[in-house]
Amino acid sequence: MDAIETAPKAHFREYWDRRRILAPVMISPALLYIVALVGFPFVLAILYSLSDATTGNPSIHFVGLRNFATILHDPVFIRSLENTFLFTFVSQALVVVLSSILALALSEDFRGKQVVRFLILLPWTAPISLGAIGWLWIFDSVFSPMDWLLRAAGLLGVPHGFFGADSNLYWLGRPILAMASVIVVQTWRILPLATVILLAGISAIPNEILDAAAVDGASFWRRLFQIEIPLLLPVISIAVLFGVVFTFTDMTVVYVLTRGGPINSTQVLASWAFFVGIEAGDLGQGAAVALFLFPVLAGGTALVLRFARRREVA
Amino acid sequence: MADFRKLRKQASIYGVATFFTIFCAFPFYWMLITTFKRDSDLFNPTNDPFILNAAPTLDHLRVLFFHTLFLRYLLNTFVVGAAVVIITLLVAVPAAYSLTRWAGRWGEGLGIGIFLTYLVPPTLLFIPLSRVVAFFGLTESIGSLILVYPTFTIPFCTWLLMGFFKSIPPDIEEQALIDGYSRLGALVKVVLPLSISGLLTVVVFAFTLSMQEFIYALAFISVSAQKTVSIGVPTELVRGDVFRWGPLMAAALVASIPVAILYTFFLDRFIAGFTMGAIK
Repeated sequence: MDAIETAPKAHFREYWDRRRILAPVMISPALLYIVALVGFPFVLAILYSLSDATTGNPSIHFVGLRNFATILHDPVFIRSLENTFLFTFVSQALVVVLSSILALALSEDFRGKQVVRFLILLPWTAPISLGAIGWLWIFDSVFSPMDWLLRAAGLLGVPHGFFGADSNLYWLGRPILAMASVIVVQTWRILPLATVILLAGISAIPNEILDAAAVDGASFWRRLFQIEIPLLLPVISIAVLFGVVFTFTDMTVVYVLTRGGPINSTQVLASWAFFVGIEAGDLGQGAAVALFLFPVLAGGTALVLRFARRREVA
Repeated sequence: MADFRKLRKQASIYGVATFFTIFCAFPFYWMLITTFKRDSDLFNPTNDPFILNAAPTLDHLRVLFFHTLFLRYLLNTFVVGAAVVIITLLVAVPAAYSLTRWAGRWGEGLGIGIFLTYLVPPTLLFIPLSRVVAFFGLTESIGSLILVYPTFTIPFCTWLLMGFFKSIPPDIEEQALIDGYSRLGALVKVVLPLSISGLLTVVVFAFTLSMQEFIYALAFISVSAQKTVSIGVPTELVRGDVFRWGPLMAAALVASIPVAILYTFFLDRFIAGFTMGAIK
């Protein structure tokens, strides 16, 4: 074992150097941090959800499942739940398709690739609340550049225009357009993350396999569907997993662009938990709403563990 | 025939790259051009919005730096980031070392367990944590963020560091122990110098993740002077319904680009951590 035990050392140091002492001592700050500021708050969240605590009176007085009964009868909560699934599913479906196309293109060499890479990564590398503010100005009700383009093309702001006779579309002012807008921005946000994960996967495909396929005369599509996509499947699922967890539980894009409006048409679970629990100060109901995020998180966690186990076997 | 195919392939690569570059970078171009546009140019719906229709101006930047709390937000962000980096290093380095060197398979499991806490979203915990923050008397202060941000930087950075420590052969340490170093001495004098790039990665991630965080900051801080950039810009540069678009876009741009550059350099390591070795 350790050479240290055979060498004559001061008693104190020998004691201190034993791994049985040192190993737990070194790991305990990390465990303490996680237990105190992740584990304990999680338990507290469950306790709050069963109580009538408010910011004004935060003492926990149990009321059973009353908060859950209340929110399940609340149309805004139901709307938020539906919106969260729609928001997550559509944005992540777009991300899978778009990131695959983009990653295949970026896996080739071309001039200016480094600059393109930097620009394409911006939505993920720049703080999202600031990126979303840029989009807020793009979706402006009067000065939207997209409205300007549609007007210039004669599709908007003229009698019988394809998008109507109004001079603006009011992107964030109409329920369906507002939902489409937050979905596009969330897609924009997650796209670079999925793309770089896929790129890492593509670069890990051994060249011999692709060369052999080329020698055998396999066409581009055949190579894509019979070799690259099957080999990339584990990587694609990791990208989807993180995309789903980060989207289902986030509220930044919704908060900055619409605050859940108009009339809760873009409200999601996370933003609704924020408005109820933090802004309105109803800790009990807010915690109950937030706990609905947990199943997706738990599912994601289980999948990560499966991947990790597969790696250990490999 | 082969040439034609090659040409077609080239063209489609450039086409895809161009489309996505515009999609991803347009909001930042939009910030850039708004920053230098005069208000008279900006607020004329008939002007071509994609170009400067009048001489550029520095007015928006002047307003941003001298008539708003933007510099204060930058300072707050920097203080929070630096403190989080220090806490993260002090906690994650020993944890990662202990898990890689001593715990064996059991350590790998515990390491994955710690990594998983990175997935616990702020939106699940912000309500109880707001009470924890109040308990420590840190409500409405950047201290609350310094306390809470390590909950996501420690898990991620411990996991990253485990990868780095694994790549250092234990023989080197054994030699140091024979030379009379204590375990901790060997860690500080031998292992850490060999892990400089790992430590640098941790510094960059702890800092950029803190700088990007929005939800905890929004939930814990409403006093203007204590805000960080990520919440100060979206909430304070808007007065009621009046958006100061010029200074607002200038702020978003000025705060985004340095983080983006820093992050891009280290992104590959970040992704290696994320994919958990599913890619070899």
